[in-house]
Amino acid sequence: MEERDLRSLIGHVKAGRLSRRSFVQMMVGLGLTAPMASQLLASAGVAHAQAKAVPYKPTKRGGGGPLKALWWQGATLLNPHFATGTKDQDGSRIFYEPLASWDPDGNLIPNLAAEIPSLQNGGVAKDGRSVTWKLKKGVVWHDGKPFTADDCVFTAEFVADPATASRNINTYKDLKVEKIDSHTIKVTFKKPTPFWADAFCGVGGMILPKHAFEAFKGDKSREAPANLKPIGTGPFKYVDFKPGDIVRGELFSGYHMANRPYFDTIEMKGGGDAISAARAVIQTGEFDYAWNMQVEDEHLKRMEQGGKGKADIVSGGNIEHIQVNFTDPNKDVDGERSSLKAPHPFNTDPAVRQALNLLVDRASVQEQIYGRTGIATANFLNQPSRFASKATKFEFNVEKAGQILEAAGWKKGSDGIRTKDGKRLKMLYQTSINQPRQKTQAIVKQAAGKAGIEMELKSVTASVYFSSDIGNPDTYAKFQTDIQMYTTTMTQPDPELFMLQFTSWEAASKDNKWQGRNITRWRSEEYDKLFRSAESELDPVKRAALFIKMNELVIQNIVVVPVVFRPRVAAVSNTLRMEQSGWDSDFWALHSWYREG
Amino acid sequence: MSKYLLRRLLILIPVLAGISLVLFTILAMAPGDPFEELATNPNVPPEVRMNLRAQFGLDDPIAVRYVRWFTAMLKGDWGFSFVSRVDVSTLILQRLPTTIAVIGSAQLLGLLIAIPIGVYSATRPYSLFDQIATTCAFLGFSLPTFFTGLLFILFFSIYLDWLPFIYRADITATGWRWWWEHIRQAIMPVAVLGLAQAASMTRFMRSAVLDVIQLDYVRTARAKGLAERITIVKHVVRNALIPVVTLVSLQVPTIFAGALITEQIFRVPGIGSLLISSILANDTPVVMAITFVFSALVVIFSLVADILYGWLDPRISYR
Repeated sequence: MEERDLRSLIGHVKAGRLSRRSFVQMMVGLGLTAPMASQLLASAGVAHAQAKAVPYKPTKRGGGGPLKALWWQGATLLNPHFATGTKDQDGSRIFYEPLASWDPDGNLIPNLAAEIPSLQNGGVAKDGRSVTWKLKKGVVWHDGKPFTADDCVFTAEFVADPATASRNINTYKDLKVEKIDSHTIKVTFKKPTPFWADAFCGVGGMILPKHAFEAFKGDKSREAPANLKPIGTGPFKYVDFKPGDIVRGELFSGYHMANRPYFDTIEMKGGGDAISAARAVIQTGEFDYAWNMQVEDEHLKRMEQGGKGKADIVSGGNIEHIQVNFTDPNKDVDGERSSLKAPHPFNTDPAVRQALNLLVDRASVQEQIYGRTGIATANFLNQPSRFASKATKFEFNVEKAGQILEAAGWKKGSDGIRTKDGKRLKMLYQTSINQPRQKTQAIVKQAAGKAGIEMELKSVTASVYFSSDIGNPDTYAKFQTDIQMYTTTMTQPDPELFMLQFTSWEAASKDNKWQGRNITRWRSEEYDKLFRSAESELDPVKRAALFIKMNELVIQNIVVVPVVFRPRVAAVSNTLRMEQSGWDSDFWALHSWYREG
Repeated sequence: MSKYLLRRLLILIPVLAGISLVLFTILAMAPGDPFEELATNPNVPPEVRMNLRAQFGLDDPIAVRYVRWFTAMLKGDWGFSFVSRVDVSTLILQRLPTTIAVIGSAQLLGLLIAIPIGVYSATRPYSLFDQIATTCAFLGFSLPTFFTGLLFILFFSIYLDWLPFIYRADITATGWRWWWEHIRQAIMPVAVLGLAQAASMTRFMRSAVLDVIQLDYVRTARAKGLAERITIVKHVVRNALIPVVTLVSLQVPTIFAGALITEQIFRVPGIGSLLISSILANDTPVVMAITFVFSALVVIFSLVADILYGWLDPRISYR
C-alpha cells in the first residue's frame, strides 16, 4: 500500500463511498491500530464521526444494586501511573478518568474533555506542534474540589519526573503542558506530532488530583496516601481497598454525567484463577463480570451452555508470535551468546525462514487450541480482516517447505534431518510454561519434523522467562535459542514505539544489558531508513504509509512468524449491558454499565 | 524452670538470625524480577525499570541488602511491598483476621470431630464403627485439599448452587445477615481444611487412647465400679490428650501462615494467598516477612509446647 492508495482511500471515505468503519478495519489489517486509523481520517478533514454514544437506557442515577467484578489477579495499587499491570490500571479506572477514552472502533470519546480537539474546531494546530483541549466544566473530584486545568498540568509534570518512575513517562516526558484558562490546556510537542491523542487519553491518560499529590512528587511519590485511597472524578468513589484482594467503591452522587452510574456499589475482587472466575460468572452467576479469560475455548463453550453468562470477545493488539534469532545462540563471543558479532548459522538463510513460516499450522492451532480466543494471523501487528494486504497471507504447506529447503541446498540425511555444508537443521524452540503454548510447540514440531527440521522444545517458567534478571540465561531478552514464542502487546495506539523493536540500534546485547528492544537482532538498513523518516514525517498519511511498509518488511523477511491474534476475552453476565474496547481499559465505559432483564 | 526458660530464649536469638540469613539469601538468589510485566511492555522504557530497581535497592550486593533488612527488622520496620508499595506490616495485618477466622475454625472443627471419634474408636477397637472411622480417616488424609476443594465447589456451588465459592472479606450486610453470609461462604473452606485436619488427628487420638486404656490404673478404676463414661472422660482422655496437645500447639503457627492451596481455590484473602501472589510477583519483602514470621512462630511454639508438656505431665522436669 503506497501513500497514493491511502490518500485515495481517504478520499473515498470523504466522499462517502467507503464507510468509516471499513476504512478503519482495512488499516487495522495493514498493521495500524484503530485509534491511529481514525486519527488519519480526522487529520484529513473527515469530520470526527458521530462517534456513536455508548448505549445507555436507565433514566436515573443509582438504583442498580451492586456490581460485582472478578479479576483473577487482584489490583495491588490504585495509582494508574504506577500500575505494574492491567489489573492496576483497571482498578484505578474505577475512580480516575482520562480526558478521553478509545471506543472499540478507535474513536475518541470525551470523558473529562468538553469536546475532542480537531482541525475543524481549531483544537489541533495545523503544523502538528500543539493541541488544545477544552475541559468539561462543573466536574468535581470525589472530595468536592473542582477539577481544573491545573490538575492536567500537574499530572503531566508528576508523570514526566524521572524520579517518580512512572510507567507512562514516555508519553509525557517530551510535552509542554500549559494552562490557558481554568478549563483549557495547551499541549505543545517538541516536534510535529501527527498522533497527538496519546497524553491524557486512554489508560495512560488518567488525571490525578493536584491537591492530593502535590506534596508527593518524585522520590516521595510512593508515600502519597492517595496511592491507596484514590480521589478521582469517576462514577464511583473510594470505599475500601485491600491490595491483591478487593477494591470497593460506591456511587458518586456528584458524577458529571447525567443519570450515571446505574450501579450503587462496585466491587472488584481479585485472586484465584481464570477458569474458576469464568465459572463464577458464566455458571453460577455469583459475579457479573470477569476479566481476561485465559481459558481454553472448549471449556468456555461448555460453561456457556445453559449458563448465566457468556464470553465477550473483542479485538485488541495482542499477537502470539514466533521470533527468529538472527544471531548464533551457541557461539560465545566475549562472554555473550546470541551476540551480534556471530550471525546465525542457518536462520540467516531466507529459505529456512520461508520454510519455517510454511510449517506453522496456524489453522490447526486456532482450531484445536485457541478457538474463539486465538485467531490465525499472518500479520504481525494486527488482526487480518477480509481487507488484509495480499502480501501477508498465511499458508501451511509441509511439501512446499521441503521443496524450498531442497532448492536452497538443504539435503535430507539418513536420519531424515536436512544438512548443508555440515550444518544440521536443528532448532531449539523456547517459550514460557503455559498449556496452550506447549500444545502449539508440539504442532509446530511435528510439521517441522516432516519437512526435515529437527526441533527440540524448551519451556521456561514465566517468572524467569519474562524477567530482566541479567544473570539468568533463560530470559526472553537474552534469546539463547534458535526460535522463541510469546505474546507481544500493543497497548499504545501509536505504533512508533512498537515498531522501534526492529531497528538495528535497539538490538539487545550485553552492552545494553539486554535492555534493547530488538530481540531477534534482525538488522536492515531499509527498515532503519523507513523508521527514521517516519519519525520526522509530518504528514500523517505519509507516516501511516511508512508504518505499513515497515510492517510488510518485517513480515516479508520473516523476522517473526505470527501465529494467532489474541482478542480480549471477558466473561459477562447475561443481564449486564456493557461494551469492551480493545484499545482501552476494561472499565473505559464503566459509567454506562447497567443491568437489564 | 526460669533458668531453663532464659536459656531457651537466649538460644532463640542465634536460631532466628540464622533462619533469616538463610531465607534472605535464598530469596535474593532466586530468579525473577518484580517488574516483569513492565519488561514485556514495549511502551515502558527500560530506564523506568532500572530506576525502580535502583530506588528499591535491588542492585546492591546481597550482603548489603541483608544488613539493611536486618537492622530495619530490629527496629520493627518490615519494609514495603515492591508491588503495591504498601508497608508489609499493613498488608499482613489486613489479612490476619480472615486467616485466623478461617484456619482457626477449621482447626476447631478438626478437633471437635477428631476427639470424640478417636476416643470412641479406641474404646471399641476393630468394631464396625472403628473400621468405618479408620477408612474415612485414611481417605481424608490421602485426598489432597485442592482436590476435595474442587469437588466441593463442583458439587455444592455448581451442581446444587447452594454455597458461594468466592470468599469475600468485605460483606456489606449488617446484623444477622452479616453473620449468615460469612458462615455460608466459610462453610466450604473450613470444611475442606477441618476434615483434612480431623483425619490425621483422629488417628493420633485413637492410638493415644488405645495406649492409655490398657494401663493398670484404668482396670483399677473399672474394678472399683466407676461408671464407664467417667473412667473414659476423667482418667483416659485426660492422659491421652498429652501428645495431642503438643501436636495442636505445634500447629498453631499454621493458623497464622494460612493454608496456601485452599485459600487460593476459594479466594480467601488470607496470608496464604498473599504469600502465593507475592511469590508469583517476586515481591521479596512480603515473601521474606511472611516466611520469617512463620519460622519464628514455629520456633516459639515448639518452646511453648515443651513447657506445656511439663505442665501436663509433672514427671518431666527442666534443668
